[in-house]
Amino acid sequence: MTTTGSIIYLEDVTVNYDGFKALSRLNFFMDRRELRVVIGPNGAGKTTLLDVVSGRVKPETGRVIFGHETDLLPLRENDIARLGVGRKFQTPSVFVNLTVWDNVELSLRRPSKGVFAALRRHDPAEERDRIAQTLETVQLAAKADALAGALAHGEKQWLEIGMVIAQDPELLLVDEPVAGMTDEETARTGALLESISADRSVLVIEHDMEFVRQIARKVTVLHLGTVLCEGPVEQVQNDPRVLEVYLGRRREAADAVH
Amino acid sequence: MPRREALAVGLAAFGLVVVLPLCNALPADGPFSVSNFTLNLFGKFLAYAILALGLDLLWGYAGVLSLGHGVFFGLGAYAMGMHLMLEIGAKSVYQSALPDFMVWNQVTALPLFWQPFRSGAFTLAAIVLVPALFGLAFGYLAFRSRIRGVYFSIITQALALSVWLVFNRNEMNLGGTNGLADFKTIFGFPLNQPVTQRGLYVVTAVTLVVAYLVCRWITLTRAGKVLVAIRDSETRVLFSGYSPAAYKLFVFVVSAILAGLAGALYAPQVGIVTPAKIGVLPSIEMVVWVAAGGRGTLYGSVIGAVGVNWIQSWLTTSYPDLWLLFLGGLFMGAVLFFPDGVVGALGRLIARARRLLAGPRGRASLETPHLSRATHGGSRPPRSDQ
Repeated sequence: MTTTGSIIYLEDVTVNYDGFKALSRLNFFMDRRELRVVIGPNGAGKTTLLDVVSGRVKPETGRVIFGHETDLLPLRENDIARLGVGRKFQTPSVFVNLTVWDNVELSLRRPSKGVFAALRRHDPAEERDRIAQTLETVQLAAKADALAGALAHGEKQWLEIGMVIAQDPELLLVDEPVAGMTDEETARTGALLESISADRSVLVIEHDMEFVRQIARKVTVLHLGTVLCEGPVEQVQNDPRVLEVYLGRRREAADAVH
Repeated sequence: MPRREALAVGLAAFGLVVVLPLCNALPADGPFSVSNFTLNLFGKFLAYAILALGLDLLWGYAGVLSLGHGVFFGLGAYAMGMHLMLEIGAKSVYQSALPDFMVWNQVTALPLFWQPFRSGAFTLAAIVLVPALFGLAFGYLAFRSRIRGVYFSIITQALALSVWLVFNRNEMNLGGTNGLADFKTIFGFPLNQPVTQRGLYVVTAVTLVVAYLVCRWITLTRAGKVLVAIRDSETRVLFSGYSPAAYKLFVFVVSAILAGLAGALYAPQVGIVTPAKIGVLPSIEMVVWVAAGGRGTLYGSVIGAVGVNWIQSWLTTSYPDLWLLFLGGLFMGAVLFFPDGVVGALGRLIARARRLLAGPRGRASLETPHLSRATHGGSRPPRSDQ
């Protein structure tokens, strides 16, 4: 067993949706402080992979180990989040009727997230610093008092990234963070993810190859619920199998990837 | 709590708890006198308002719509009613120690579950604990199974229907369709004396003020923000490390306790408890109070409960045919034209008036509507779960 040093380790994982195998005997692992990008055609199982790691979907078979030896399979989503797995959804998912500040405040890592802990007063000074620092990181400090629902699309995406950072996770799962962003916003998001990966592991799912080239060191290609190939971005781009999986449309696929 | 709000709550509390009963104690022909009938009516309205507060915490903040809160109201009302029945003793029509309906039904001994209700202390505990434990059990099963949105509402409605059916049965020894009535005394005080009724009114008004402060305190804590967050995106709450089920269960139990208290205060003031108060229709009426007053503001639900019932007592005496039409129209109007209730509609009207008065220069500073923050009284209607 080679789980030593890995942050997440999936072995022989199969997810079956009424006969459709979204993941099929998938083996996948990531090192600590790695920034990994997962690509693949539609239906390859990318989002299902995140669902399995974050506890939303329980696989039919296989093992999912977080860190050294924590088995994630018996745990619920909120328990997995509290262990240190943060997830950013594809469509921005923030609390629109709360302020930007409150959004981050709720997300902060804390010893207990139970009801009775939340009814008690807590130490505000240290907490405030952490919230302010997070808002600084995602460049929303000026909008701390605005309702999250009043933010622009790109800002909501950053707020959600900020909320995930505030959870202080060891592993961040990020699903298509730059969908619908302008070029400038995309570049800033890329820089943000790179800075986050300095002391955390980041797993990004992405379609935008431009963006993948900007941030990726190592890329995993999923196809039919299993890993097709893995390696540095240049190598993967030129892999004939990768070109093949784009439904045989070799030329188009080549254009898309290059 | 902001200063202005504390002042407003203090004034309202003073008016309800002190001024109104004082006016009732004045000689009946004075200009400021409040009749026994009116005070009693208000006692009933304020009991309803206690229930509406809990329903608003549940629906307006956490976005969980219950169509079965009549059940918890009924549990509190019956708990109190059972004690009042036993207090009658041999002064009843049949001069038996048993409640009259048991004599009619040829029950010879007091059923076991009635026995502890001889004790006033047990009754007071049961008024809180029976709705709380029932809410805990029902909420636990529903929220653990992740029953959300409209499915949860339907299940609570089914609950109201089934509890209504059970309470209607004579075999339950709860008085069947006639319910419990003819109460004589409460903890030894005669119920037909105005001073007892005035005392009950004051207890109701104080309970309402305390209930408001407790609910308001919850909304100001981080737990209150989590409730609003659940309404916005339950999935995000879950992936932020919170268990939405635990928070929904907490607020469901709080609202069940408030409904039970409301029922227990209602019973001695109105003098009768019947299954007609706990079924599907009364449960929906309760939701209409909150919707008409304004969700997610707490004070809106109090205004709604008092206002709608005030109109009801006026319409049912002056134009009895119109009441149901009015209720239906009110619900449709609340859904279609003023989803944030009377409170929200007034807020928007005031904001617009201020903008007009302020002219073009003052416009920028008043751009943000003053009721827009959910934790301070949101003007947005709650979204159901995705």
